[in-house]
Amino acid sequence: MLPELGLASLALALMLALALASLPLAGAQFGRPLWMATARPLAYALLIAVVVSYGLLTWAFVAQDFSVEYVARNSNSLLPLHYRFTAVWSAHEGSLLLWILILAFWTALVARFSRSLPAPVLARVLSVLGKVAVGFLAFILFTSNPFTRLLPEAAEGHDMNPLLQDPGMIFHPPLLYTGYVGFAVAFAFAVAALLDGRMDARWVRWSRPWTNVAWAFLTLGIALGSFWAYYELGWGGWWFWDPVENASFMPWLVGAALLHSQAVTEKRGSFRGWTLLLAIAAFSLSLLGTFLVRSGVITSVHAFASDPGRGLFILAFLGIVIGGSLALYALRAPRGETGKPFAPVSRETFLLLNNLLLSAATAMILLGTLYPLLAEALDLGKISVGPPYFGLLFTILMVPLVLLVPFGPLSRWQREQLGQPLRWLAPWAGLAVLAAVLAWFAWPNGTGKTAFGILGAAWVAGGTLRFVWNRLRSGSRGPRFTAEMVGMSLAHFGIAVFVAGVLLTESTSIERDVAAAPGTSFELRGYTFEFRGAEHYQGPNYQADRGTIVVSRDGRPITTMHPEKRAYASGGQVMTEAALDGALHRDLYVAMGEPLDGSGSWALRLYVKPWIRLIWLGGLLMALGGFVVTFDRRFRRPLGEGTPA
Amino acid sequence: MIKRLLPLLVFIALAVLLGAGVLMNAGRDTKAIPSPLLGKPAPDFALPVLDEPERVVSKADLLGQPYLLNVWGSWCPACRDEHPVITDLARSGRIRVIGYDYKDEADEARRWLAQFGNPYALVIVDADGRAALDWGIYGAPETFLVDAGGMVRWKFVGPLTPEVVQEQLLPQLEALE
Repeated sequence: MLPELGLASLALALMLALALASLPLAGAQFGRPLWMATARPLAYALLIAVVVSYGLLTWAFVAQDFSVEYVARNSNSLLPLHYRFTAVWSAHEGSLLLWILILAFWTALVARFSRSLPAPVLARVLSVLGKVAVGFLAFILFTSNPFTRLLPEAAEGHDMNPLLQDPGMIFHPPLLYTGYVGFAVAFAFAVAALLDGRMDARWVRWSRPWTNVAWAFLTLGIALGSFWAYYELGWGGWWFWDPVENASFMPWLVGAALLHSQAVTEKRGSFRGWTLLLAIAAFSLSLLGTFLVRSGVITSVHAFASDPGRGLFILAFLGIVIGGSLALYALRAPRGETGKPFAPVSRETFLLLNNLLLSAATAMILLGTLYPLLAEALDLGKISVGPPYFGLLFTILMVPLVLLVPFGPLSRWQREQLGQPLRWLAPWAGLAVLAAVLAWFAWPNGTGKTAFGILGAAWVAGGTLRFVWNRLRSGSRGPRFTAEMVGMSLAHFGIAVFVAGVLLTESTSIERDVAAAPGTSFELRGYTFEFRGAEHYQGPNYQADRGTIVVSRDGRPITTMHPEKRAYASGGQVMTEAALDGALHRDLYVAMGEPLDGSGSWALRLYVKPWIRLIWLGGLLMALGGFVVTFDRRFRRPLGEGTPA
Repeated sequence: MIKRLLPLLVFIALAVLLGAGVLMNAGRDTKAIPSPLLGKPAPDFALPVLDEPERVVSKADLLGQPYLLNVWGSWCPACRDEHPVITDLARSGRIRVIGYDYKDEADEARRWLAQFGNPYALVIVDADGRAALDWGIYGAPETFLVDAGGMVRWKFVGPLTPEVVQEQLLPQLEALE
């Protein structure tokens, strides 16, 4: 009975979303205040209906109702309780429901925190979000119903995908989806502005905090996903340029471009059309990401559902949402640049370069991700696109970006003498070069790459410090630090930390494969790994071999590590659970290979990865920066109807 | 106007491509692409063996017994997914499984096998992917069934799953026996 109630609640949500998509919008177009006023209550009602439905599916997992097909396929009676909650989104149907849940939350939040918005704007924005909800609810109901019953009831479930039975999976999808879906809000504001025909700076100011929060969540989601891949896939890598990773990275890059171009449009009125386009693009790429993951067009580890019917449905939906908004853009986009003019050297120019580089990187990744498909469709032959393509092109595009980061904040709007930021930055450039040269000669096991990492990181960090220093010295005019400046500085420090992390890890990591008999020791970068043997044990829903490795340095024990090799009871999938000992300056990493013979020997894979934590720390700082910006008081000041750009 | 239409045009081109992708997948159904090689002799090749680079294996060396040619690479995440299936198949002894290490570094490939286990009777290496063109391989994983006379009997694109083995490969094997 309860699953049917969940389905009914989902159908109710579709009705509410249809109402939300049409009624307030019609009210705004025809000037009917009463129709517009339905937007808020409908948004709240939609949230309630979706929460009920999601809650009932969760309950089916917790109570182990194997008469529900989705539950029977993705869990079994041995699954620990906390994974029963996360199993809800471990496959296609449930993760779509999570998408909808998060969209409903964002919609309700916009409804709640929008007192300063004029009623027609709010009505249009919520209506556009309602349209997105209609698409996804119809998709779930017509192609991917999670409440389908199984007749006769299954006595036992299959299992949750073992790869996903991990604490990282508790947070990764919700964070990622919160980011993806959050771009729907910026998108809704942009489309509302296009519908309204008033594409001045106001819609941008309203949508900026939402864009920042969405981008920050996406940053957290991607960073967590990367960390999860690092320790769960047992392969020691942190980024694979896998199509699904690319799918999340593209909206992130465009989102980063959007943050910057929104700042220009809001403050100077320039880049209006461009900002609209980026707002549409960020969400379109989120949808495209969903399409790539869900349609099975591109094979990947993550693509657990592939069904042509679903693929066509999402494609049609993409066509309506993206094609419709781009057509609207073509009809309505502002004619001619109306913002304040700016000189070739100015903050606007630097931010424009930032936008161009980030967009080019996105286009490059899009091309690389879709190229195999294109080649297949046109019968061009077999050329594979792999990490070498992405790594090389991405580096080529990111080097100038890293070089330019410090210039933007240090330049004035409208016109700047190039000499001024150069004078400020010269000492820092000198220091960065000095640090790089020192690193070249003195860094333990360093290479040229290490030196470049230090150079880039010191340059960005130094330039950001100079900005902070300038603000501290600035006397009378305005507040020394707005939240916006603090957030920006944090995020830029994050870039410095990230650059250092990537290049230090890539250049100084070491790995070794050994055949280890119990009692043997191996030396790696000054760390001694002693293999004490492996024992067999029985887990809740798997059997495992658990190794014991004692790590010491200069005779002093540092840690004891327990890598595992698990065979899950259902499906027989074998998983490598690597053991990690993490510290800021280095990770020790041990993964179990195969048993070598009857004598208890094992193939082991040992890694020492210096400074790899900086990669995720940098991501955290960027996300923190994104959150901090939203506390800026300018976003809380109510804006009058006639406030100029 | 053209400038403002450009994003829409780019998107339409993209949508057409994606639509073609979906339809190709739909036509493919179970991903078993009809290969021009089916029912024809396997192409000639001479490739080195992973663990003994100086030893070269050619098509003639493999005749006499049917074999399953499994294309994989250490860089390929989906190959990890299908690895348990390949391992089970090799352990069952129903068929000789030959690994075809595609566009890979030999060291990485050896490490990968040490990590996840080596189910292959033999691993041949196609480092630059040139021989793969003759096989019509366009990615990893792919799997070919070749009979004792060197004829290609079956081909599968994408990771093998227990269902595919049950429903497609095993009937093919029975037909061979």
